[in-house]
Amino acid sequence: MIAYALTFAIACFALALLLNLIRLATAKTPGDRILAVDTMVINVIGLIVLYGIKTASGLNFEAAILFAMTGFVSTVAFAKFLLRGNIIE
Amino acid sequence: MILEVLISATLIIGGAFALIGSYGLLRLKDPFQRLHAPTKGSTLGVGAVLLASALAHLSRGQGASWHEILVTLFIFLTAPLTALFLARVHLHRAAPRRDLPAPATSTRWASADLTLENPQPERESL
Amino acid sequence: MRRLFPHPYLTIALVVLWMLLVNRLALGSLVMALILGTAIPLITARWWPGTPPVARPMALIGYIALVIWDVIIANIQVAKIVLFMPTSQIKSAWITVPLDLTSPEAITLLAGTITMTPGTLTADIASDGKSLLIHSLHAPDPDAIRDDIKARYETRLKRIFDE
Repeated sequence: MIAYALTFAIACFALALLLNLIRLATAKTPGDRILAVDTMVINVIGLIVLYGIKTASGLNFEAAILFAMTGFVSTVAFAKFLLRGNIIE
Repeated sequence: MILEVLISATLIIGGAFALIGSYGLLRLKDPFQRLHAPTKGSTLGVGAVLLASALAHLSRGQGASWHEILVTLFIFLTAPLTALFLARVHLHRAAPRRDLPAPATSTRWASADLTLENPQPERESL
Repeated sequence: MRRLFPHPYLTIALVVLWMLLVNRLALGSLVMALILGTAIPLITARWWPGTPPVARPMALIGYIALVIWDVIIANIQVAKIVLFMPTSQIKSAWITVPLDLTSPEAITLLAGTITMTPGTLTADIASDGKSLLIHSLHAPDPDAIRDDIKARYETRLKRIFDE
């Protein structure tokens, strides 16, 4: 039963990534693009965790943590750049 | 058996919420409306998947796994900050300012201080 | 004691974080966590001017539980709106919430809570820091949402931070 649920969840996250990609391509403002990329990062973290469940290994968590951190920092850096025109003041 | 049902349920809920969050991102019309869907939907989706991962680890008899808590904590702490920054980008760039309500006591909102002529506001609010 | 641990909360947070990162309960890891938890606050003490004024840490736990419950409710509501409501019928509104809280930590916590809970999102703060600008996804009655935020979250935070 877990195998079916796992397949369903992976399909959902993959479809979500595809929708984000469409949003990224059709967005009109830079703010929307950043939001689409940020959502992609969150969905990729979900996919990494799901892969970890599938392979029954804990090794993927370092990757998930790193992804969460770099995703957050890059989103804030992008937003800062749009707000101020520079990142480090 | 109960654990198995619980893991499956959280997996399905998580996948569904993540999909709804991304679908909302595509469907909603206003830039500020679009901010709502991913900050709530996708964050809870990943949170549910992480819970499922912790339960799966438990069900395999390998003891408790604490990494999930760390990732969940991080995602739930950073989601509001990301939303706030993106809201300010929208306020700064795209949204028309005239339909904003006035603050209770001050005369203007902090992002209105951030103009290209005056890039350093008097009081750093974030 | 005060000189060795200038920021007790930071020390506890660092120890817990390191133990979560190591992912197993071993004595060696705990020693390493304690070394880090002592050294990092000492080295960075110059950049942390004051401790967060949490008066009732136990009430904070109850508050977090309430917020987690509200996050789940929030998601079901937002999901309903996203999936079933025609986009032309979604009435978004801007809401001004006047703040009674004064400390930056309390305001940050309130802003984060508002973003994670039903259909609302913190967008900005006033220049004088005395009101928050909130965007609501679907608000037939904006005043009710403002009163709900003040009654449900701000009074609890006022008690926690003793203001």
